[in-house]
Amino acid sequence: MDIQGFKELIEEKLGDESVLGVVENSTPATLEVRTEKILEVLDFLHSSDQAYFDMLSCITAIDNGPEVNSMEVIYTLYSIPLEHSLMLKVTLDRENPEVESATQIWKTANWHEREAYDLFGIKFLNHPDLRRILMPADWEGYPLRKDYVEPQEYRGMKTIREEEDRI
Amino acid sequence: MSQAIEYKYHPSNLNESAPNVYTEKNLKTEEMVLNIGPQHPSTHGVLRLEVVTDGEIVVDVVPHLGYLHRCFEKHTESVSFIGGIPFVDRMDYVAAMNSEHAWVMGVEKMLGIENDIPKRVEYIRVLVAELNRIASHFVAIGTYGLDIGAFTPFLWLMRDREHILRMLEWVSGARMLYNYIWVGGLFYDLPVGFEEKCLEFVNYLKPKLAELDNVLIGNKIFVERTANIGVLSRDLAINYGVTGPILRGSGLKYDLRKVDGYSVYPELDFEVPIGTGKMGTTGDCWDRTWVRVEEVKQSVKIIEQCLEKLTGDYKRTRDFDPRSAVPKKVRPKAQDFYTRSENPKGELGFFFRTDGRSDVPVRCKARGCSFSNLSVLADISRGHMIADLIAIIGSLDFVMGEVDR
Repeated sequence: MDIQGFKELIEEKLGDESVLGVVENSTPATLEVRTEKILEVLDFLHSSDQAYFDMLSCITAIDNGPEVNSMEVIYTLYSIPLEHSLMLKVTLDRENPEVESATQIWKTANWHEREAYDLFGIKFLNHPDLRRILMPADWEGYPLRKDYVEPQEYRGMKTIREEEDRI
Repeated sequence: MSQAIEYKYHPSNLNESAPNVYTEKNLKTEEMVLNIGPQHPSTHGVLRLEVVTDGEIVVDVVPHLGYLHRCFEKHTESVSFIGGIPFVDRMDYVAAMNSEHAWVMGVEKMLGIENDIPKRVEYIRVLVAELNRIASHFVAIGTYGLDIGAFTPFLWLMRDREHILRMLEWVSGARMLYNYIWVGGLFYDLPVGFEEKCLEFVNYLKPKLAELDNVLIGNKIFVERTANIGVLSRDLAINYGVTGPILRGSGLKYDLRKVDGYSVYPELDFEVPIGTGKMGTTGDCWDRTWVRVEEVKQSVKIIEQCLEKLTGDYKRTRDFDPRSAVPKKVRPKAQDFYTRSENPKGELGFFFRTDGRSDVPVRCKARGCSFSNLSVLADISRGHMIADLIAIIGSLDFVMGEVDR
């Protein structure tokens, strides 16, 4: 099924306002979805016989920086029996990034969303266990944000080497 | 370095930086928390497991990650696509060739030069990737045997793995972290005489694989320890995003080398082995290990075919230049791109966003196969004995370098 087919399939089931449009220059093709509708769209794509996306390959979070002032979450879906793939994109407010968690549909989402929370500070609503996963629990800031400034030390350990100390 | 690392010790530090999920408040009277790792040989790297036990029975497992977190994704935002290859090597450091193959193929597809690569280069890439796949599976099988008490297979497999690492060192100059596969080509052509030595090695390896079947896979003690342990159903595996030999062990014929048919894999003849529950239930630890052993045999088959092509149709010529298609500058047009390929441990995916103005990705996310594979651990180990938990960890075959990235 091509990208227009997916768009029509979703719009037929969940209304015209759920899909905002097709994103240009993307492989596999990407649909931009209204942030409030994302859980319904994912649930529908997972259960529908025509789409049947049984595998969530990846969840990518992207920070567009303070000028654009938005963040994105991209879901990469794949259907093993039907052999087609699709990406869904939602745009979040950078001041207060929040989106529904997909953990109840795919358990893969659990750790991927924890990683996005850890490195970008995106809050996944109704996530069963939203803790930091890679960084220490008491780390300050979200390292992959564009305006992140690395702290000078962590528990007395310097995080930045002096020039003369470099190996 | 002129000075030692300073560290302000305080007894509460550990609890603040890596707090337990289970404390006195949410534990039942009969339950106890057992901490395994991060420095423990059976966790295969720096993985810390918080195990809640009731006597000998595992009630819950909480993995704590991040002890090997080296900020791969942050690094890629400041190095070019070409400079990213050595970083990719260090993700799954026992299968570096496969990882860099995945990265390079993704970049080539973004540039639109994937059809310009000479056939000889493609065959060499597949050859070294399959050699590395064997080496990676040997580590998996060998250390797995070691975990549950079989010492001999470990030594045998490490000996044979060393042959492979020596050959790859001959090819690339490095033993484990190669930076051999370049965007658009290769670092160098194969060294003179490599094809003959490699064929010699394949002929040496075949009887050794039969030995492995006898000493480990068919061994009664091994079967007793692994059959019916850690059964992972097919639906749960897909729901968790588990891929690679673990998913195939659960009985699904899903191999990206066949499904996507990338590189020259469609021209090669090989089977995809799947678990059938021969010794117990489909998707148990024995099936997963058996699938790895069978995959080694298939990789040997692929290597033989590659060698045939590399000494026949695409044989070495004096004027062959492995860098002929290497682009002067790697600057893909602005796009979002998700690429994936079959690593020894599963689907390794990269998500790229490029802006079209520089050779540095705006954002690169690595979807590590070990990361998703490890997340299933808690679900399949509940209700087993602690000793079985060790068997389950080994059968998942993760590399912490890729989990933490």
